[in-house]
Amino acid sequence: MHKTLNAATNAATQSPVVSLKNVHKSFGTLKVLDGVSFEVDRGEVLVLIGRSGSGKSTALRCIDRFERIDSGEIVVCDHRVSDPKLDLRALRQDVGIVFQSYNLFPHLTIEENITLAPCSVKGVSKAEAKEEARRVLAQVGLEDKLHQYPEQLSGGQQQRAAIARSLAMQPKVMLFDEVTSALDPELTGEVLKVIEALAADGMTMVMVTHEMGFARGIANRVVFMHRGKVHETGPAAILTSPATPELAQFVGTGL
Amino acid sequence: MNLNLDFASIIERWPTFFDGALLTLQLAFIATMLGTAIGVLGAIGRRSHHPIVSRICGIYVEAIRNTPLLVQIFLVYFGLASLGLKFSAFVVAAAALTINVGAYTTEIIRAGFDSIPRGQIEAAEGLALSRAQIYWHVVMWPAIEKVYPSLTSQFVLLMLASSVTSQISAEELTAVANYVQSDTYRAFETYILVALVYIVLSLIMRAGFWLLGLVIFPRRRRLGTPL
Ligand SMILES: Nc1ncnc2c1ncn2[C@@H]1O[C@H](COP(=O)(O)OP(=O)(O)OP(=O)(O)O)[C@@H](O)[C@H]1O
Ligand SMILES: [Mg+2]
Repeated sequence: MHKTLNAATNAATQSPVVSLKNVHKSFGTLKVLDGVSFEVDRGEVLVLIGRSGSGKSTALRCIDRFERIDSGEIVVCDHRVSDPKLDLRALRQDVGIVFQSYNLFPHLTIEENITLAPCSVKGVSKAEAKEEARRVLAQVGLEDKLHQYPEQLSGGQQQRAAIARSLAMQPKVMLFDEVTSALDPELTGEVLKVIEALAADGMTMVMVTHEMGFARGIANRVVFMHRGKVHETGPAAILTSPATPELAQFVGTGL
Repeated sequence: MNLNLDFASIIERWPTFFDGALLTLQLAFIATMLGTAIGVLGAIGRRSHHPIVSRICGIYVEAIRNTPLLVQIFLVYFGLASLGLKFSAFVVAAAALTINVGAYTTEIIRAGFDSIPRGQIEAAEGLALSRAQIYWHVVMWPAIEKVYPSLTSQFVLLMLASSVTSQISAEELTAVANYVQSDTYRAFETYILVALVYIVLSLIMRAGFWLLGLVIFPRRRRLGTPL
């Protein structure tokens, strides 16, 4: 009896944090995901790359059910995302997502931005939430911005604050969609450093990025998407020695 | 031509004018409070995915915006009377003004709601906030802050427009003026004075809204910039 229970919990902890199986998704007649499968294990960083329009953002958004898939299966932290009976808010408590446009709430201070979800979703007390806000802001190097408003911060600082806001919900996996694309090179660096530190801390992450150097350094697994399919996948090394001409061309042009 | 103004007999009636002005402010206050509530609900209704709900809210807004206020007042007045319901002129006036301003605030607040970028809502959804929480924290407050100037102008306009409720003998400022001028035969002086009182009421309201804005929009108070 005990043995089977143990086996079950073991299987649960070892099952991938994110798994996509043969996912199909169309917008009208446009096929955007054409049988996409990949898995992300605990503590792993998966980097999604590919040309503009290849379906990277769509794949990421399907994980957090911002898009519904047509067929296939997505399981995230034991939530069956493709199940119509999914508890959406439970899923989103386990998944943090950060977008290219930081989307901080402009009428709230950084502290209020961060404490809003823990207080209203998890019922954390104000005092505890503020404590947590201080902690996550320290993590992204913005302790001194607690009482500032988003517009008083630079783009890079706003993006770090947005990351902190997600972290305050203590997600089991973080999704990043081109979080540095709107930033100058110097500001890009400060955001990437924060993400590197998160990876070093063992955070499970799926990220879309065009920063190839960064991807090489951080990725445990690279997924190269092409025409809605996973065209090539493997460790970060495939970025330096690609197997397919498409990835070679993609890496070569630096796009 | 000999302009002969005599304010003395008008000014000595100041308690009457004061009462009238107070009633005007009361009407404006009630219609502002209830109108804001209607406006928020109406705006949510107009954006509803439920076609019947959004249609009903749309019809309400269009019906009000395309008919004169005086006719609306008479409709409420005679409508209630024909149902056998007896209300004071004040209640009828307050109800009609609320219904009227509710339609305009619905449109203003809807424009505010529509101005909230999709990304803000997605960010809130990503943080697992519920629909009601998103409406309250992420949509409504910034929307109201954005449209606050239009909203408050609308309420000042409403206060001025409340003068037509004198037609159903609500004892507000204009009705009071009508009595005084027919009593004293000093019509021009009376309306000069009343115009000045309306200006003062407008200024009082604007000052009040400015102060309220400082209280309910802390970002505005700290940074001074529009959202
Ligand atoms: N909501 C939508 N409705 C219709 N078409 C969409 C929608 N979202 C994305 N698309 C289309 O799907 C395709 C894939 O989009 P997606 O955003 O996933 O690409 P991407 O790989 O993230 O590209 P980029 O590098 O430019 O961000 C594009 O052709 C896009 O125009
Ligand atoms: Mg994209």
